[in-house]
Amino acid sequence: MSEITAEQVAHLANLARIDLSSAEIDRLTVELGQIVDSVARVAEVATPDVPATSHPMPLTNVFRDDVVVPSLTVDQALSGAPDRAGDKFRVPAILDEE
Amino acid sequence: MAKAELMDYDKALELFEPVLGFEVHVELNTKTKMFCGCANEFGSGANTNTCPTCLGLPGGLPQVNRQAIESSIRLGLALGCEIAETSRFARKNYFYPDTAKNFQTSQYDEPIAFNGQLTIELETGRLVTVDIERAHMEDDAGKLTHMGGAAGRIQGADYSLVDYNRGGVPLVEIVTQMIEGGEADSPEIGKTYVAAIREIVKALGVSNARMEEGNVRCDANVSLRPRGSNILGTRTETKNVNSLRSVERAVRYEIQRQAALLHAGGTITQETRHWHEDTGTTSAGRPKSDADDYRYFPEPDLVPVAPSRAWVEELRATLPEPPAARRKRLQADWGFVNLEFQDVVNSDLLDVLEATIAAGAPAQAARKWWTGEIARLANAAGVSADSLVTPAQVAALIELITDGTLTDRLARQVLEGVIAGEGTPSEVVASRGLAVVSDDGPLIAAIDEALASQPDVLAKIRDGKVQAAGAVIGAVMKAMRGQADAARVRELVLERAGSAAVEPAPSGSGE
Repeated sequence: MSEITAEQVAHLANLARIDLSSAEIDRLTVELGQIVDSVARVAEVATPDVPATSHPMPLTNVFRDDVVVPSLTVDQALSGAPDRAGDKFRVPAILDEE
Repeated sequence: MAKAELMDYDKALELFEPVLGFEVHVELNTKTKMFCGCANEFGSGANTNTCPTCLGLPGGLPQVNRQAIESSIRLGLALGCEIAETSRFARKNYFYPDTAKNFQTSQYDEPIAFNGQLTIELETGRLVTVDIERAHMEDDAGKLTHMGGAAGRIQGADYSLVDYNRGGVPLVEIVTQMIEGGEADSPEIGKTYVAAIREIVKALGVSNARMEEGNVRCDANVSLRPRGSNILGTRTETKNVNSLRSVERAVRYEIQRQAALLHAGGTITQETRHWHEDTGTTSAGRPKSDADDYRYFPEPDLVPVAPSRAWVEELRATLPEPPAARRKRLQADWGFVNLEFQDVVNSDLLDVLEATIAAGAPAQAARKWWTGEIARLANAAGVSADSLVTPAQVAALIELITDGTLTDRLARQVLEGVIAGEGTPSEVVASRGLAVVSDDGPLIAAIDEALASQPDVLAKIRDGKVQAAGAVIGAVMKAMRGQADAARVRELVLERAGSAAVEPAPSGSGE
């Protein structure tokens, strides 16, 4: 059985800015635990000569040339913004700085 | 905000050993952004260089800019780094309006370059080797402007405006290992290290390297270790210190501030701090906390970058001479004393001076003109010296002085003509009629007249008081509107004064 706890799920939800009800946290705790257990089982059969991988496709070095292509217009760029001021996005006051 | 107590710098060094670390962000000067084809340019209209990818809109798909990879590898090589056989991007997740994607595309466990070294030379000649932990690729954030409240500061702002043109611009972040043993030189080490990085990226041509435009930005980590202890102190990270002088000041300030706090029995909070250029102080920013749990994970939309060894070696072959080595070579070639050479380096005139000397000008003359008259005119006009004239024009001007066509004074007028776009130095000489009068005829006429009108001077010269000739030389130079070689005039004055051909003008006959 995995060691995923409800506290961890709540913490993760908070980091990801997802508002979860306690019922959802309970359900996700079980589901995430099952996922972690499944991954652990895969890890059991993966011998040291199998390198960890992040991508299923055996592809590397997919590049594009450094050539400018047309951008969106300002109005297109701002069309989904909740608020704008002139040509800029307007956002609420930020309490803390990155 | 209460003003922080500062300990005397020397006392702080007596009690504590500073330990440093730097993170320098270099904006690459590719034509397009890191992961999309939007233009990478400074100063265009707000939000004119955006697309679904850099705005993080649904359906946006990143594609890696090959040029950015090449620039990153070249930079890594120039810093003596190993280049990873395989390297990948990762998402650094955070919520802040400077990125519309809600993550920064960065590198985490597999940076493109690692294990480098950079040796810098301090003003005393002390050599310090800075170990580079890694240089990784990432994309830049958009630009926030805080409105309302106090003068653009974030504290007390009513709202903020965002321009995403910079969002997605390629960055290389260079991270040092801990720098120990800096001691009292620590602030200078910070300044010199950042200067060296700036010089390298400029020589490589991978960045515009203008600190005032944010092309090179420095975060300075400082902690203090009590003497006799081997336990590291808590560090602070002063963000976005964006001039060389500020790096030096910020490190010094943090040493003095932390020393006072620790000595008074306080503790250092691990936090980011903001540098205030105007007051030369730092203030507390955000404490390190849960918010730093960035939940890095491999970027699923980008496949790994696996530069072949052949490609890396090909790029290594394009590296320019390291700037520090080049400076040493040029100073020796030109025979400049340290002060002269520093003046050239600090004025950012190394390249133009080299080109001017390559075009045939003697080194000292080239230095004198670039750091003197040209720098003065550039300063007055608020532009860079090399935007006023070309090295070839300066070399041609110096040539005209060397061959006796121009005096320094005339050359300054010719220079003005060249800057005004009147043509080459020779053309300006011709069109303005500025050449030195090399025919002795008109000079002798002017000298005879001057001597005749100043009989007392003439008498003194004839008495052997040669220094009296100055008054006559001045009058002659004035009569020739400066277009005479003063040394030749002096020669002729003495010659004419000694000759019987010159007689004082009869008194009363003056005009």
